[in-house]
Amino acid sequence: MPFGNVVEQLPLLCIRGLQKRYTAPVLTDLDFELCAGEIHALMGANGAGKSTLSRIICGLTAADGGVMSLGAERYEPRSRRDAQRAGVQLVMQELNLVPTLSVAENLFLTDLPNRCGFISFDSLLDKAAAALTAVGLRELDPRTPVGSLGIGQQQLVALAAALAHPCRVLVLDEPTAALTDAETELAFAHLRRLRTAGTAILYISHRIEEVRRVSDRITVLRDGRVIGTRPAANASMDEIVQLMVGSRAIDALYPSDHVKGEVVLRVAGLTRGRRVRNVSFEVRGGEILGLAGLVGSGRTETLRAIFGADRIDAGQVTRASGPPLVIRGPKDAVRAGIGMIPEDRKDQALLLTQAIRVNMTLAMVLGFVKRRWWIDEGREAAAAEALRVRLDVRSQSVDQPAGELSGGNQQKVVIARWLLRDCDVLLFDEPTRGIDVAAKIAVYRVLHDLVDRGKAIVVVSSELTELMALCDRIAVMSDGALVATFERPETGKHWNEEAMVAAAFSEYGNDRTHLSRADPC
Amino acid sequence: MLTAQEGGQLVAARQPRRLSQFAEYFGLIAVLVLLVALFSALSDHFFSRLTFITLANQIPSLSAIAVGMTLVLIAGGIDLSVGSVMALGSGLLAVARVNWQLPLPFAIALCLGIGLLAGLANGFITVRWSVPSFIVTLGMLEVARGGAYLVTDSRSIFVGEAMGTTGTPLPVIGLSPAFILAALVVVAGEMLLSRTVLGRYIVAIGTNREAVRLSGIDPRPVVVSVFALSGLLAGLSGVFQVAYLESADPNSGIGLELSAIAAVVIGGTSLMGGRGSVISSFLGVLIIAVLQTGLAQIGATEPTKRIVTGAVIVAAVILDAYRRAIGNRRPRD
Repeated sequence: MPFGNVVEQLPLLCIRGLQKRYTAPVLTDLDFELCAGEIHALMGANGAGKSTLSRIICGLTAADGGVMSLGAERYEPRSRRDAQRAGVQLVMQELNLVPTLSVAENLFLTDLPNRCGFISFDSLLDKAAAALTAVGLRELDPRTPVGSLGIGQQQLVALAAALAHPCRVLVLDEPTAALTDAETELAFAHLRRLRTAGTAILYISHRIEEVRRVSDRITVLRDGRVIGTRPAANASMDEIVQLMVGSRAIDALYPSDHVKGEVVLRVAGLTRGRRVRNVSFEVRGGEILGLAGLVGSGRTETLRAIFGADRIDAGQVTRASGPPLVIRGPKDAVRAGIGMIPEDRKDQALLLTQAIRVNMTLAMVLGFVKRRWWIDEGREAAAAEALRVRLDVRSQSVDQPAGELSGGNQQKVVIARWLLRDCDVLLFDEPTRGIDVAAKIAVYRVLHDLVDRGKAIVVVSSELTELMALCDRIAVMSDGALVATFERPETGKHWNEEAMVAAAFSEYGNDRTHLSRADPC
Repeated sequence: MLTAQEGGQLVAARQPRRLSQFAEYFGLIAVLVLLVALFSALSDHFFSRLTFITLANQIPSLSAIAVGMTLVLIAGGIDLSVGSVMALGSGLLAVARVNWQLPLPFAIALCLGIGLLAGLANGFITVRWSVPSFIVTLGMLEVARGGAYLVTDSRSIFVGEAMGTTGTPLPVIGLSPAFILAALVVVAGEMLLSRTVLGRYIVAIGTNREAVRLSGIDPRPVVVSVFALSGLLAGLSGVFQVAYLESADPNSGIGLELSAIAAVVIGGTSLMGGRGSVISSFLGVLIIAVLQTGLAQIGATEPTKRIVTGAVIVAAVILDAYRRAIGNRRPRD
């Protein structure tokens, strides 16, 4: 709910005429003010300069020009440590936690309590437990290695790490990208408490509804300039989108009526440990099935099990009316016409240092062979170029390394890989995580285009609104089990959102703190 | 079919890559020319046909191994066993020729076969039990060395004329068939890496193995074939070695894996995998060879030679990193 307190204090962090350019200008003559006791959202398409601005504020990048002041003093952080000493903390979209170290060690990595260099574990664990309780992770053992946590919990640990230190200004770069709605609520409750305590919070997010709910003011950046600042209470979604993207509107969010065909994929009794328990469902050609649920409810694991990325304990996957598939690995799944866009683009999908062309054709190189041995680079480049144009991948050429693209464009490259392969079944795991509105719309368009061609699609997303806008059916998972399936309501009627949320919680019992315990496996 | 306009765009898009590829060799060639100029200035005898022919006839062995090593490193592995495998192969070759009186083609096939076998074992163990290749090939380094002592009975075997003309310089051009073969291997290696599906998979696996797996490509057979190839080339280098020295020494090739890695790294191949070029590795071999020969000719002692070589390796890699840092654009928002 919006909070009534109107911000009338003097700004705590004041930025004047900030300049930054790499090869092209990223920030141009930017003025920005952040007040104590406000949550100030920063929005903008990828490439608008949000991350650069937050990096400059946190001392990770030096500005080329401009003045920053914090309170009454001039503020010129030369490093992250400088910024931290001044009380400026950052929680980034890309986590900088050390996976092999424990939660406690990660929380206090920069200032481990020690006696002559020997870590005082008792004191560390006490401090860690307090810091975790503060973000609602009371039941998480601080000795758990961070790497064994789900990405949502890691995000909360990163937040706890920032808050465990003196904090006048808190910069949050997409803190909820990996969180479920429930976890997000928890984080928000915490942010509100911090605001009341007088912390200035800069909140960067792509989720418009969320931003409207949690923040006091919204500033929109475009092409490195401030386009406008609005009180969150009176800003409409359309207005914000207009500011961000210029003229484009979100029309593709609403699906056309897909013509559903025969059952293309049938999953029966799929089981893998505790994370996937006896999951069965069917998807028809020309249909988008959404998999909703909390982070850790087994949605990703279900997709991975179908695709053969992980071994399964039991269950069958069948294509159309054929016999059960023998899937010993992703190779078998791909051969059966199944493709997967994994959760983590950078670690699981992209060859960051390789050309876009190489990334796009990876699953299909054998289709570009000439004279038995050689890759026909001309044909390959032409195919990649065609996909680059079709998906509007913003890049210089197909020979540009994929790592240089923005998140949205990287996602398009991954999708292009399976378009080229012409799979009949596509499994999307969080396809729009961390990408801007314009790129999201582009991804939705691709999805619709695919179902129009009779493909069967399964989408996992932590944004229920996204699934409701996109899917023909939504299956809800809870603690590894598929507990309910909802059909798309007739035009003019609404999805039963409460029932879906209730279903997502159903297998966990009534104890909500249960959500934030360490993952069981 | 492409329209004229699309075709034009493609050409425009692809040109920079070709140019940058040439630029990559250009740096190494410049270093090579510089070294030759330096030693020519320091020694009266260096800049002569004889020096270059001697040089060319010395390097086939290291070249063949460097080709295999380049592929292994690009795939994200390492092969420490090559020196020992070469010694094992050459020992077997000599024994087959001298003691068993086998015809030369059979003896050579044995030598290549044992190398291939060792490489297959390296690759298979690496993927089957997910053991780091560093460990597996370190084990193979010992095993193959032991094998070399076993087959040769720990003695050097004189082969002499039994190798035919493999190592003898050809009339007129003065180059040995071994050198020509090694040069062909280098070219074939580069073609394999940059133009074939296997090469594409090798680079992709070295860049992000999980992404390759999740694209429906089983990385395991690719990794096995890369190690098998490295073993095979170690066997080939054993043939070159026997042809050149006219004998097989079970103690030969000690530390050869490190010389090969040095040459490959000078050529700019990443130890982290995903990036590299066979031609560049060959230029790295040439740089090391010129350095060694040149230092010897100006009368440098063995300790001096080693110190200078070590310094050059590190300097080359720093230069390469520096050049790459300039070439790369900084990350964007």
